[in-house]
Amino acid sequence: MSTANEQSRYRGNFLKEVEANVEEGHWVRMCMQCGVCAGSCPLGPHWEHSPQKIFMMIRAGKREEVLRSDSMWMCTSCYNCIVRCPRKLPITHIMHGLANYAHRLGLAPEKQPTREIAKLFWDNLVKTGRVNELKFSLAMYFRNGFGEGIKAALEMQGVGMGLMKAKRLNPMEILGGHSCKDKGGIQRMVAKAREIEDRKKGFGQ
Amino acid sequence: MAKKHYAFYPGCSSQKGASADNFIRSIDVVCEKLDIQLNEIPDWNCCGASIGYGEGGELPRLVLSARNLALTAQNFAGQDMVSVCPACWLASRETAERLHESAQLLAETNEALKEAGLELKSEVKARHFVEVLIEDIGWEAMEKPVVKPLQGLKMAGYVGCQTNRPFGIAGESFENPQYLDKMIEMVGAEAVPYDQKVTCCGGALAFSEPDKAQKQIRDIVESALDHGAEMIVTPCQLCQANVEIYQSEINKKQSTNFNVPVVYYSQLMTVAYGGSAEQAGLDGQLIRAEKLEQIAGE
Repeated sequence: MSTANEQSRYRGNFLKEVEANVEEGHWVRMCMQCGVCAGSCPLGPHWEHSPQKIFMMIRAGKREEVLRSDSMWMCTSCYNCIVRCPRKLPITHIMHGLANYAHRLGLAPEKQPTREIAKLFWDNLVKTGRVNELKFSLAMYFRNGFGEGIKAALEMQGVGMGLMKAKRLNPMEILGGHSCKDKGGIQRMVAKAREIEDRKKGFGQ
Repeated sequence: MAKKHYAFYPGCSSQKGASADNFIRSIDVVCEKLDIQLNEIPDWNCCGASIGYGEGGELPRLVLSARNLALTAQNFAGQDMVSVCPACWLASRETAERLHESAQLLAETNEALKEAGLELKSEVKARHFVEVLIEDIGWEAMEKPVVKPLQGLKMAGYVGCQTNRPFGIAGESFENPQYLDKMIEMVGAEAVPYDQKVTCCGGALAFSEPDKAQKQIRDIVESALDHGAEMIVTPCQLCQANVEIYQSEINKKQSTNFNVPVVYYSQLMTVAYGGSAEQAGLDGQLIRAEKLEQIAGE
């Protein structure tokens, strides 16, 4: 990937790199380090570095530490930090943007569970244009191999059976299930958008 | 009263046999009683939900919602797009606002949309069904069809995150929104005050970080019980699924004894409007809401 290119283009200035390539990254310099985001996050105790710290680390040029961090992947998308930030930084989107940037550069932690599941989810929805809940659940359980998958599926068996009984999980979805008619068009559209984004953000150069 | 028409974006979980199949059945009854006509957007697609960012990034994620907005404008010109799912609503509204603010993003979006034979030419307003109820129908008209007040039932109104933040319902506070409690009282039940009304259920991290999410869920259920609630009421499909489904997991791991039904506001309205348990989708609960079923059967 383009890690070396990116670093040279921004002359080692990570803040400039984030401003140019990360979704809503131009807001990072507005952070005044009050810490309300850190105190508002439901998963706060599990972040190695809170958003407040991440912002300061970006400004201090800690590129590797930020992009290799597990922290941004703790975001549940609850938007507490956004509505409470006194400077109105779109913190949730910046964390999403940083996570995606680290993922696309291949720097995000391997086997990070939310990273893995986010990829499975996206691949699932792009296939037919709509999420197939059954195939997504199975892909999730079996992502660490067959043995682990059987174990995970058995652990959640009661829940699965309960959902089927309540007609909220259809076993026939395994055969295809709900789909958009123009799934080809959707796939081409997403591929084009990705091509534009890659060009803009310097991925895959 | 003339029927009010909206372009309808049901979202993946509201499809037949999907995880919110019960929810959508009750929405149908509410619409019928309140003269709301939801016109399903032909060939709508997934919004990317809250973890779409991981692989989808910015533009690929935004174009998913842009396609739905373009289909709305093409098929139902002049109608607002309405979602019953907070994630669908959030993604659609965020996309509409971002494309309104950036001519460059709009141009890039249209370049991608062309691949699907579409173009976003006019702006579409993306709204939540709760906004339609409160702003277009109004409290008085919503209360009128109540024939079976749910008297004596104590409920914890659980608003959660994405119906409430970052956009929320106009005029409501992020920290203590009142509309869900007001809906509970409108159908004749009692809304108990409790401290986890807008706590996050863990969202999509219920899959990837089950222990961390289940701590959130435990806090919500425990607080509802401590404050005397017999059931939890929510406007969100993921809140409903997470808070209902994982109670049995928490019981297994932490020796609790949770068994609190988690229902949608529209299921309450359906029963109060005289609908059957089946019409209200109450047969779709993992934890049966027996007291509501009883009232529906009377």
